[in-house]
Amino acid sequence: MSKNTIIPIGPYHPLQEEPEFFKLQVEGERVVGVEINIGYNHRGIEQLCEQKSYDQVTYVVERICGICSTSHPFAYVNAVEDLAKVVVPERALYIRTIIGELERIHSHLLWLGLAGHFLGYNTVFMWSWKYREIVLNIFEQISGNRNHYAMMKPGGVRRDIDKEDIPTILKGMDELETKITMLKKAIMDDPVLHARLKGVGVLTKEEAINYSALGPVARASGVKIDVRKDEPYAAYDKIDWDIIVTENGDLFDKVVVRILEKLESIKIIRQCLKKIPSGEIDAKIKEIPPGEGIGRHEAPRGEVFHYIRSDGTNSPVRHKVRAPSFMNVATNNTTVIGTNVADAVIVLAAVDPCYCCTERLYVYQDHKKVMDANELIKLSQERTEELRKKLVV
Amino acid sequence: MKNLDKIKEKFKDKLENIHIHNQRRIYIDLKDKKDIKEVAKFLFYDLSMRFNIASGVDTRSFIEILYHFSSDDTGEIISIRVKIDKSNPEIESIALVFKAAEWIEREIYELLGIQFKGHPDLRRLLLSDDWPKDKFPLRHEDKK
Repeated sequence: MSKNTIIPIGPYHPLQEEPEFFKLQVEGERVVGVEINIGYNHRGIEQLCEQKSYDQVTYVVERICGICSTSHPFAYVNAVEDLAKVVVPERALYIRTIIGELERIHSHLLWLGLAGHFLGYNTVFMWSWKYREIVLNIFEQISGNRNHYAMMKPGGVRRDIDKEDIPTILKGMDELETKITMLKKAIMDDPVLHARLKGVGVLTKEEAINYSALGPVARASGVKIDVRKDEPYAAYDKIDWDIIVTENGDLFDKVVVRILEKLESIKIIRQCLKKIPSGEIDAKIKEIPPGEGIGRHEAPRGEVFHYIRSDGTNSPVRHKVRAPSFMNVATNNTTVIGTNVADAVIVLAAVDPCYCCTERLYVYQDHKKVMDANELIKLSQERTEELRKKLVV
Repeated sequence: MKNLDKIKEKFKDKLENIHIHNQRRIYIDLKDKKDIKEVAKFLFYDLSMRFNIASGVDTRSFIEILYHFSSDDTGEIISIRVKIDKSNPEIESIALVFKAAEWIEREIYELLGIQFKGHPDLRRLLLSDDWPKDKFPLRHEDKK
């Protein structure tokens, strides 16, 4: 123990929407232990929801996450509709699907950019954030907001998608498809990235199941789960698309899954725009009966789970929210052990509560500052550079 | 519904009530809270269901914990309900059965004051260290 160095990472970082704290135990350059602490951003939302009406809760849960802001409302409206046994108009279901998939594209692009930055591929960072703008502009056109679109409502959606907007969305999809295919080639054929990411931070299938890992983290480890297919909601069962599953569970596979999923999302959006029927967009729920309801949505990071209990009044008695990161962050307990310090940054970031700290990270040894976050990222980038030189020569 | 039949067959005298909300939402009440470990093990390993989460509710007279399991083949969610007396708020931990339950038990422990017997590392997860030890935010008597 005495020879171990402790590297505290966190708790606050401007890039991550959930502050979390990783205490890495390092022996030389190898990570031998990790302690994860969360709770720095506990805002008491579950109890706050119990004081709001069913319509207001949609807005509260939208503010749980800033990146995938439609995921929680999506799961929440599914839960309320399950509780009240509401049949939602078809058009609303298609609009929900489009919003959900647009969000997946921009969330995965955001993660890819950050991953590129940590690895010293700042071009990837600039590119993917640039192309993310296309999605955000579409959102602005549809809903008036680049984020927090406020589209969901129990029983339907709040805004319709205008006919005039459809050509713009389709044009955006064409542009995104070309760009993402280019990124896919650039990343998947890069020998340096292969050397850097393959076999690093492996989450085995058994561990993924034991931790009940979700979303791309589980799918990269060969666990074929996706709520959109397993319990089809919205319009996902009327669309032709595939679940992306890879077998190795290492960082490379996590990148691959997220890149390929974006292309699937584009496919889904195109089909939705083609098939979307006309009609009502709101079932106009009058009252919520007493009972229980569970709603799920496959967010970019994995399954979001909402449990609602009603006693017949206009606000829920209990509202349980389970975000995918709650399950996924815990998998770091196994993936980060045994990796190199320079890899730890990207391994911890790979579950996509994009972590990595700029200001708050310092390495102390005998009460003296040895290293801070920028240096750790530099270390990670230098390692890529080293590999690149080796491979090129 | 095949999963439900298997559960019924295996634990027939341990189930108090089964509520089928619809084809994909099934709520099962357990007679005795001590059976939860066995039931959880059966659902997770024998039926290969995934542990979604557990949620605790203070119903004023007692505390209820729902363990939600979902099947990724059939898309159904089976929620196992146990009742816990407020005068003796403890239950067997399932964190050693599968790791996915470790964090949520810590959360329920701090928010509702339930002691999970046999949990490997039962300390606070979300609340800050200076939060009073005898106040539980989701209990009715502490909600002001």
